[in-house]
Order: sequence, then C-alpha cells, then structure tokens
Amino acid sequence: MARVVVDVMLKPEILDPQGQAVANALPRLGVSDVASVRIGRRVEIEFEGEPDLERAREIADKLLANPVIEDYSVHVECVKVES
Amino acid sequence: MKIGVVTFPGSLDDRDAARAARIAGAEAIPLWHADPDLHGVDAVVLPGGFSYGDYLRCGAIARFAPVMESIKHAAAGGLPVLGICNGFQILCEAHLLPGALTRNQHLHFRNRDQWLRMENTASPWTSAYESGQEILVPVKNGEGCYVADEKTLDMLEENGQVVARYINGNPNGSMRDIAAIRNEAGNVLGIMPHPEHAVEELTGPSLDGLGFFVSVLKMAVAQ
Repeated sequence: MARVVVDVMLKPEILDPQGQAVANALPRLGVSDVASVRIGRRVEIEFEGEPDLERAREIADKLLANPVIEDYSVHVECVKVES
Repeated sequence: MKIGVVTFPGSLDDRDAARAARIAGAEAIPLWHADPDLHGVDAVVLPGGFSYGDYLRCGAIARFAPVMESIKHAAAGGLPVLGICNGFQILCEAHLLPGALTRNQHLHFRNRDQWLRMENTASPWTSAYESGQEILVPVKNGEGCYVADEKTLDMLEENGQVVARYINGNPNGSMRDIAAIRNEAGNVLGIMPHPEHAVEELTGPSLDGLGFFVSVLKMAVAQ
C-alpha cells in the first residue's frame, strides 16, 4: 500500500512561538547546542486506489495548508502491510 | 433591517452577536452553516467561537460550509459582512480578507478588556465612530496574532483598510498592532476583539461596541 504524505511548515519568515517555547525548554533537558526549533504538521492521505500526487497537492493547497503563512511538500511513501 | 448571524458547529458568540444586533434596533436572523439560504438578510455577522473545533487551523474548515459559498458571493456584490474573532479567522481563510491569524506570540490565551483606536472609519460597519476615537471592548483569543507580508501590510495602510489598532498594549503580537481590517470595497470587515460583548452596561466594560451594529443599521436606513 502507498500513501501520500503532506508536510506543512510555517514559512521561514513567520514567527513560530510554539517552536521557540520548545527550544527554550531544551536547556532543562541539558541540551544546549540547538539553534532553533520549528514545528509543522504531517498529514497522511490514503487514496482508495493509486496514490494521486496531483490531487494531494490540490488538497494541500486548498485545505491542509494556508499558503499565506505556510509552505507544504508532498511525497509518496510506501507502507509495509503486516500480514 | 435584518442582520443574519451564522451558527457553525462550535460557534459560541452567536447569541451575543444577535443580541447586539437587536439592541442596536435590527432584527436578528439566525443563519445555519449547512443552509446556503441567506434568508434575505441585509448584513451578516460571522461570530466568535471555535468553529469545527478549530481543527487544522482556525476557520479553515468553516470556510467550506455551504453558507460561506453564499456569503462569498453576496459579499462580492456588496453585502456587509462582519467577522468577529473566529469570524475574522474564517474571512481570512476564505480569502475575503488578506493575511492570516496565528497563535498569540506569547502562547497564552488572552482575555481582558482592551483599548482600541479606530483608524479608518469609512465602512458600513464603522461610520458611527470618529477616526482616532478610542474604544474599550473585550478581547479573548488564543490565535489572534495578525500576520501578513510587508507588501500586504503597506497596501492595507495605504488604502485605509486598517480599521482599528490595539493601544495600551498589544494582546497577541499582531503586526502593526492591527486589531481590525476591511477589504478594499469596505463592506467586509474582520475584528479580533469583541464589540458584541460591549453593548450594555450590565455585561460589558462599556457600550463602545454598539457602534458597529448601529453603523450598519444607519447605512441600511439611508439606502
């Protein structure tokens, strides 16, 4: 089986306060060499038939991402089906 | 005059918006997200709340509600549309207003009475205010930080589309302290704070919010 994965990230110029809060918490774990953290969203889409990148791109553009503030990328991922 | 107030699953300020419309002297007409019929209203309010649980992004799913298709169409023809809080987010997601509303910069939900300065008041929703007038209305949001690219912000300023700015402290980090904007034609207005919660002494910090509803009423009467 194959699925389409859409990764949505805030554009680089958009402030990510969530990522900043995580970065600021890292020293409490003893991690001091992280320059920045940014948080995005991963969406997995399974089509009934073959994975359709074009359709996934359309879905991403119209709904999954807001192009005003976010970038997205789309790729097909193979999934091992356990028997 | 009939002001329609849309209820989406998860709207919570629809009753208050309808009440504000009634106090201003209008007839409030409830509109339902799944019903594309606007029932002959003269103006529409998209109320605050958490439509569709704010899933994905605030307003992202509400944008596809059947009623929104009709509102988009009517707005292009000049129907006055006011989006408050979640309604503002929906208007941005529907591309009826430029920019987007993102997580408050400090990550905290802010709930307080907030001073605003009215900027450009030449719109059907703001004619009752003077430019430069300072008003006090509640603000309550977790994702009210207005962002847009510099070019869009400059365009908003140049066209007089900035309707109100936060003063005495910006509650969410909005760029250029923007609290409310309108489209180029002026009939579509989005505001993050809540004028509908400041319409009577018993429940609000002031009566300063009533002007939005009185303005649109005055416009309808004048026509």
